[in-house]
Amino acid sequence: MVVKTAASVLEKFSTRRENLIPMLQKVQEVEGFISPESIKLISDKLRISENEIYGVSTFYAQFRFTPPGEHSIYVCMGTACHVKGGQQILNMLEYELGIKEGQTTEDGRFDLNRVACLGCCALAPVIKIDDKIYSQMSVLKLMDVLEKYTQSVEVTDE
Amino acid sequence: MSKTALNKRRKTAEIKWKSLEENKKPILFFGAATCGNAAGAQETIKAAKKTLKEIGVDADIIEVGCIGPCYLEPLMDIKPPGKPRICFSNVNEEKSEKIIKRFFLKDEIPKLGLVGHFGDNGDYGEDIPRFYDHPMIKPQVRIVLRNCGIIDPSEIDHYLARDGYVALESVLSKPWEETLDLIKQSGLRGRGGAGFPTWKKWKFCRDVESDQKYMICNADEGDPGAFMNRSLIEGDPHAVLEGLVIAAYTIGASKAYIYIRAEYPLAISRLEKAISQMEELGLIGENILGSGFNLEIKIKEGAGAFVCGEETALIASIEGNRGMPRTRPPFPAVAGLWGKPTIINNVETLGTIANIIRRGADWYTDFGTEACKGTKTFSLVGRVRRTGLIEVPMGTTLRKIIFDIGGGLFKPFKAVQTGGPSGGCLSEEFLDMPVDYENLAKVGSIMGSGGIIVLDKDTCVVDLAKYFLKFTQQESCGKCVPCRVGTRHLVNILEKITKGEGELSDLEKLEKLGESIKRSALCGLGQTAPNPVLSTLKYFRDEYLAHIIDKRCPAAVCRDLVVFRIIPEKCTGCQSCVKVCPTGAITGPRSEPHNLDESKCIKCRACYEVCRFDAIAGDAIEIVSGKQE
Repeated sequence: MVVKTAASVLEKFSTRRENLIPMLQKVQEVEGFISPESIKLISDKLRISENEIYGVSTFYAQFRFTPPGEHSIYVCMGTACHVKGGQQILNMLEYELGIKEGQTTEDGRFDLNRVACLGCCALAPVIKIDDKIYSQMSVLKLMDVLEKYTQSVEVTDE
Repeated sequence: MSKTALNKRRKTAEIKWKSLEENKKPILFFGAATCGNAAGAQETIKAAKKTLKEIGVDADIIEVGCIGPCYLEPLMDIKPPGKPRICFSNVNEEKSEKIIKRFFLKDEIPKLGLVGHFGDNGDYGEDIPRFYDHPMIKPQVRIVLRNCGIIDPSEIDHYLARDGYVALESVLSKPWEETLDLIKQSGLRGRGGAGFPTWKKWKFCRDVESDQKYMICNADEGDPGAFMNRSLIEGDPHAVLEGLVIAAYTIGASKAYIYIRAEYPLAISRLEKAISQMEELGLIGENILGSGFNLEIKIKEGAGAFVCGEETALIASIEGNRGMPRTRPPFPAVAGLWGKPTIINNVETLGTIANIIRRGADWYTDFGTEACKGTKTFSLVGRVRRTGLIEVPMGTTLRKIIFDIGGGLFKPFKAVQTGGPSGGCLSEEFLDMPVDYENLAKVGSIMGSGGIIVLDKDTCVVDLAKYFLKFTQQESCGKCVPCRVGTRHLVNILEKITKGEGELSDLEKLEKLGESIKRSALCGLGQTAPNPVLSTLKYFRDEYLAHIIDKRCPAAVCRDLVVFRIIPEKCTGCQSCVKVCPTGAITGPRSEPHNLDESKCIKCRACYEVCRFDAIAGDAIEIVSGKQE
């Protein structure tokens, strides 16, 4: 497999300003986060100052500027999830992982994020770990799920 | 593709659909939208395939969108050869094996998880009910959602066979004025929340002379707690796209964008696939169906900003800028994307259009109220028994929605929240009010995009108001002071109250500040941000007073105002809670009532859950409210 880099995925884009956000999204998709180097690459290509690119990218919740952990945990903070105890789930995760939302654990295994809504409101509360959504969570269920990820390295596919 | 070619393709599609209805071998349908997958549909599919192989049954598997009753997911339908589909609910891996084996080996229709069949009365005898007679489905009128859960969303032929693109064909053969007139007669109003008449918006844009116009589909469903747009796109993407092409033709736009949340990967891939199918059939591109009309459609992924649901912010975001709204006028219909006339319509609005054109304005106006015609989709969630996606005529009462369709609550009803962060909380007295744009606005809430969140006595409305305000405060773009600073202060005051540090004068401050934000903020986000506070203050003032005067949270939700206690008389000493407590706050030997050290308790609820749901333990832990000393 060829490892994709920011530089290689940016080649496809034209130099139009409207491509700024799609470029940032593509970079994050292949590198996991937006690095200062990739900001510079985009800046050179679009002829927009790095400063302005930071201005745009930090405006949107989707972009992160530190490397993600091995597994990314997203806690849904939608209204239905809130009503059914989403905050409790986030509190518990923060306690168990010893980090606050937006941070990555020291060993680099998990990063913890809040997301406005995953759109699975009827199955609230939900969390997403990497690409898998866990529905109707409770604190106890969460402990079981976390255990799966902390014990084995390969849990994504059985 | 010419018209004749399309009609030829439709003929083949119809044959394909017919062969599906008169299937020779069994077909298994799975609800595999995001919600279905979250409930485990993909695992169920894998298990079902394995079982079918094991028992040697040759069956087709089709993944469909969401049909609505999400609380029953994962849903599995079995369609025996030539007979109607039979729907089973909550089908996990194990259950799928049981159902499939009984169905095919014992030749019986298992009662396990049975919901009903999709045929006519008596197709399967008296014992098996009809799916459409299910109490959650029966009161609904499915116009926008007509194909969701029925067709394979990745097959354009399924859509074509069910009158897909018939409306487009008819629109393109007529002058645009006729379509505009038809939409005017239908009384269709924007389903994004504001309820502005769709035809009027289109007319503004049509009347502007310009070398370039843009049509945008707003699929940035940012309202947390709502998923109607996601479901529609995942279940029937072509319905939205057909509406988009019709709208573009009517306003005279040759370029269209779909602005969709990046949090909806499945919806995005469904759209991508649907667009490529349209390209193949010449339903977009140059000279569509020989009409001389050209259209290009591009997908733009949103990057997680609630304010981008606002039209001018959405435009800024597509242009590659921070998604900040600007003052209007000029309205986007006159000067929008890159300064050109632009129309932005919501997913549901576009999803309705082809139906109106196919069946006529008179048919559409039969549904709804005098001021609001047609139907509206709602995501019915929260503390209601039957959660899911529904579609009802405008003017249906909240009571019908919550108690008939939703089946009521498990605990006593407290309030219903509509319209997301811009909406309000309504108390019991409003349950019999017919739901439409004006009625909801009159009582301090809004229709919004259609989120209905039901709350019971275990929900604290002060906490909920704080939740919404925190949300809008975080999502405020920061451009105007009332929203940027005002919402921050509202949050601060609410924080104070939920910590038990509030004063009576805070209530007046909330009201005054809320009113001034409403009057002075730049865009819809700020102007509606105080609604959750103002409406709860109006209808649930006593709860605020309980927090301020008694220093207690009646619903036992606000962390700083509750303590966890073990009731010694009830505690069986089973040690379940000792095992799950992450901080070691609970101690005690087996078979003796345990002790809970409040100073170590982080109020995570693990002990409470294990005690409630574990048979040995027996409900001995209570959460009580009263300020901690």
